[in-house]
Amino acid sequence: MREIVEISFENIIPDKIAVLKNQGISKLSDLTDKVNQLCDDALALFKELNNPIGVYSELSKGLFEEIYEGEGANEVPSPVAEIFPRAKKLALFALTVGGELSDKIVELFENHDYALGSMLDSVASEATENAGIYMESYYFSSVVGTDNISIDDLVMRYSPGYCGWHISGQGKLFEFLNPEEIGIELNDSYLMMPLKSISGVMIVGSREIHEFEIAYRFCDECKTMNCRDRIKEILDR
Amino acid sequence: MDIIKQISDNLQRGEDEEVYNFTRRAIEQNLPAKSILDDGLIAGMSVVGEKFKAHEIFLPDVLLAAKAMYAGMDQLKPLMIKEGIPTIGKVVVGSVQGDLHDIGKNLVAIMLRGAGFEIIDLGNDVPPEKFIDTALENEAAVIGMSALLTTTMPVMKKVVDLVKARNLSDKVKIIVGGAPLTEDYARQIGADAYGFDGMNAVDKVKELLGLH
Repeated sequence: MREIVEISFENIIPDKIAVLKNQGISKLSDLTDKVNQLCDDALALFKELNNPIGVYSELSKGLFEEIYEGEGANEVPSPVAEIFPRAKKLALFALTVGGELSDKIVELFENHDYALGSMLDSVASEATENAGIYMESYYFSSVVGTDNISIDDLVMRYSPGYCGWHISGQGKLFEFLNPEEIGIELNDSYLMMPLKSISGVMIVGSREIHEFEIAYRFCDECKTMNCRDRIKEILDR
Repeated sequence: MDIIKQISDNLQRGEDEEVYNFTRRAIEQNLPAKSILDDGLIAGMSVVGEKFKAHEIFLPDVLLAAKAMYAGMDQLKPLMIKEGIPTIGKVVVGSVQGDLHDIGKNLVAIMLRGAGFEIIDLGNDVPPEKFIDTALENEAAVIGMSALLTTTMPVMKKVVDLVKARNLSDKVKIIVGGAPLTEDYARQIGADAYGFDGMNAVDKVKELLGLH
């Protein structure tokens, strides 16, 4: 099953608090009127320029194993390699919030409107993450009740460039999924254009399969550790 | 209030129009360009930098101040050229070949300009030789490189190796930064410094040039 998913602004509206946190402001008491207005301006610009769209395509575990192997540069062991064999369903996905946003950010910086450019970048990053969450939810709602998938199962996405899945894995992913159809291109360094795009695999299964110890070799080098939030989210559901 | 102090205070508040107006007035009053720059604009950005490091203000405040600085610098530049006022140093910056991310690099460039450096910004997807050739052409003592992909990080080592091969290590220092980078990586590839954010990059560049 392959589907192009139309995503609307309402599906991905960035949370203002998350945007401000991205800008280093974690307490509302630190928010000035000026910066608050800047955030509102950036959100308005995002609403005007966003053009989100996604695509997913289901595949077998055997085929995913081949795609995941990629150029043979993955870390061993890694979470994805241990999770996907226990999946009930798998789908590769890619999505973008649109290229006009990146162009606008560049334009703002060129015009020395650095604060608005940076804020819009944070808005776009949060919106892209929300689009990923929407995609997971959309896919899950389409498979729940099929193939022994119950409402107690869940879907999590994993992307090349994180958690031991080498970024060169984008190559085989793109070959299979063909996100060019929705306007996402991959350069020789495995960088997606537009920049505010994400890709990876959505793995459906019991919550247990997605709980992993943050004790892999590469965990020490990770600066984001956002797997912690994701695992906590699983435990809290 | 002293007009130079007005420039500094308004810059700290991110009031770019006020900085523009007060800088204009200072120039019309024939105040020395170096004084407007050092005691007005750079002094203001320096306070902003310290407040940011102390977590009293945040990135948007710094960038609003940087825009205000630009508003003042834009008028001062012709005067600085006329009076032969040098900057405190020249830095070539860019995102390495294959990498099109440039927000981080832009933020570093903004902070360095705010500290009084002249920046030659090569943009993104910059080939190794271009960093060095540009540094030599412009007599820049520092090359600053950014990478946000693990696949593009190795380009940094190419630049370091080229600098060594051309016996330029005493003439040109290299600072690197970017999300996947660490101090360890910078050391492994032989870079002279690693900057974890824009402010830190300013401190490190000043250290490299003995300006602290």
